[in-house]
Amino acid sequence: MSKYSMHLLVCGGTSCHSSESDAIVCNLRDELEAKGLMDSVQVILTGCFGFCEKGPIVKVLPDNTIYVHVKPEDVQTIVEEHVIKGRKVTRLLYKDPVTKESISDSKHMGFFKKQLRIVLRNCGFINPENIDEYIARDGYQALGKVLTEMTPEQVIKEVKESGQRGRGGAGFSTGLKWELARKNQSDEKYVVCNADEGDPGAFMDRSVLEGDPHSVLEAMAICGYSIGASNGLIYIRAEYPLAIERLKIAINQARENGLLGNNIFGTGFNFDIKLRYGAGAFVCGEETALIHSMEGLRGEPTVKPPFPAESGYNGKPTNVNNVETFAAIPAIILKGAKWFSSIGTEKSKGTKVFALAGKINNVGLIEVPMGTTLREVIFEIGGGIRNGKKFKGIQTGGPSGGCLSEKHLDTPIDFDNLIAAGSIMGSGAMIILDEDDCMVSMAKFFLEFTVEESCGKCAPCRIGNKRLHELLGQICEGKGKLEDLDRLKNMSVVIKDTALCGLGQTSPNPVLSMMDNYYDEYVAHVTDKKCPAGQCKSLMEYVINAENCVGCTACARVCPVNAISGERKEVHHIDPSICIKCGACMEKCKFDAIFIR
Amino acid sequence: MSKITSLADLKKRREELTSGLSFPTKAMNPENVIQVKVAMATCGIASGAKTIMEFFHEQLERRNVAAIVTQTGCMGYCYAEPTIEVKLPGQDPVVFGFVDLKRADQIIEKYIKTGELVDGIIPVNYQTIDLNV
Repeated sequence: MSKYSMHLLVCGGTSCHSSESDAIVCNLRDELEAKGLMDSVQVILTGCFGFCEKGPIVKVLPDNTIYVHVKPEDVQTIVEEHVIKGRKVTRLLYKDPVTKESISDSKHMGFFKKQLRIVLRNCGFINPENIDEYIARDGYQALGKVLTEMTPEQVIKEVKESGQRGRGGAGFSTGLKWELARKNQSDEKYVVCNADEGDPGAFMDRSVLEGDPHSVLEAMAICGYSIGASNGLIYIRAEYPLAIERLKIAINQARENGLLGNNIFGTGFNFDIKLRYGAGAFVCGEETALIHSMEGLRGEPTVKPPFPAESGYNGKPTNVNNVETFAAIPAIILKGAKWFSSIGTEKSKGTKVFALAGKINNVGLIEVPMGTTLREVIFEIGGGIRNGKKFKGIQTGGPSGGCLSEKHLDTPIDFDNLIAAGSIMGSGAMIILDEDDCMVSMAKFFLEFTVEESCGKCAPCRIGNKRLHELLGQICEGKGKLEDLDRLKNMSVVIKDTALCGLGQTSPNPVLSMMDNYYDEYVAHVTDKKCPAGQCKSLMEYVINAENCVGCTACARVCPVNAISGERKEVHHIDPSICIKCGACMEKCKFDAIFIR
Repeated sequence: MSKITSLADLKKRREELTSGLSFPTKAMNPENVIQVKVAMATCGIASGAKTIMEFFHEQLERRNVAAIVTQTGCMGYCYAEPTIEVKLPGQDPVVFGFVDLKRADQIIEKYIKTGELVDGIIPVNYQTIDLNV
């Protein structure tokens, strides 16, 4: 069909762009033109391959050859050797870092296998509003297998042996949680899906519910069978209207097909699922608060024990799992515990979905095996830092997590390693920070969130976080003292030790980890009254460089508060007592005469 | 739609669906139909995926191209929304990012009609598991 017999794909991602992919495209087109090949070979600029450290990348179709670190002057060789003579240019091929062998077929390259989609297996593949597409992808087979071939104990054993740990953040063993809920006898039990995704920058659960709602429904039914429950509830925030709509459609289709309701697969097992809406309070992601919210009470946590497995929704044994935890269950049942536990690290099995946000080129949703390093995630999947800036830190686990620095880049990601490094896995939000981000303002930003979201029940969280936030504010304004850094640290530790629930116990994490990893920056704020990243307005001073200033008056005219004085064609001056640091003058100046001190 | 009352029923339904016997699932029988999947999660819709999907529906019919256009969930390429996947018979699916109306038009005229690639391809960088063991 195509008139072209060969395609040359040149990476046009932001990173490769800065390393001359435009010139490569130009040279390729010129070279092909010169050889009269324009009609049979097409040059295409593509999106980012993700593997920017090896960029620019050129991929040849149909034979899937990938050339790395291609320079504009390599083009002639590629055309003469590969395109015309059909011989691969060995020196430009990717070399396996371990075996040192050149690999020509991209299908055999490790870096394209960094991502493994288990939870996201159907996301972006099936139509979420059509149950048949889910069934065609082996949907509900796991439920069928469980109901017809396995006892509840066997299911729990399988889940336990898979080594899966809860993906909501704390990382408790899923199988163990099910076992506890099974042991507690009751006339009624509940399976609850926690879809109250509240971390800033997190959208893993929303994407799963919008892209593959049936996987969660199926897993909830499997859980119901295992623990002896016939009622399922999904607690989802009302801010997720599309996820809610698709869940409703999915539940109805499952009922119409007899996959939810009474006597499923003719086995006498009954299970149905209802939705419960949350109003978007962060604390309701904590399971006891979530249960109170579903009961119509205030969304406040209570002390555990009793755990929900003993006394949960309406005082009945309740098992609460996160969306992502559930979505992996059908795969564990069908492919087996052994398969699942073969993926990941010693104590963290399987894969984890992460939402990449912040100063990264490929903002997006990824799923990688546990044990993948932060460097691989950021630089080999995420496409590196935006605008060629320098990596500074990565906040994992949202406002409850910590900020890891460059020295942690080669840490394999799993539950325990992240805790050891001073952060947490959390639900999977990853916010990437670059050299322009100030670590004091960043800690203040996360504290602002937790102060806003604290339910106010316990004093350490309600009052302590407020004080932390105030102190950080003072430091940002240049009113901090060196002793304040010790106060920050002490207060953080006390809050962690004494707060009632997970929200308060983790809220000082950003402060502690940022002080650990970027202590100099905190000291610079309090002793030198300087913000090294140039973010804290109170600590900045706009100054005119007398050598560059030509006296064009452009800055004085744009200044909204008339802080700039000076005669035409003479050096101008900014009065720091009037300046509001809006930066308008710096933007306007054509002579680079204004800088920040 | 008949109810599924046993595991055997489910397996039968799956067979029917994957062999392309029943209608809504022609989309699951890739070999003889051109398929266009539009990523329609909240983020995709927010960046214009609905307009793109309508465009493909309308224009493919108007230009006499037999194809199935369906919606799907998030493909993970938030930075390149709206994203679509096009599968031509007998070929690997190709994902296009940053699809505006102009690029959508190019995709129909060039890729779908003649197999000629257009700019904006997003290289696939993951493996997906197959549950069928």
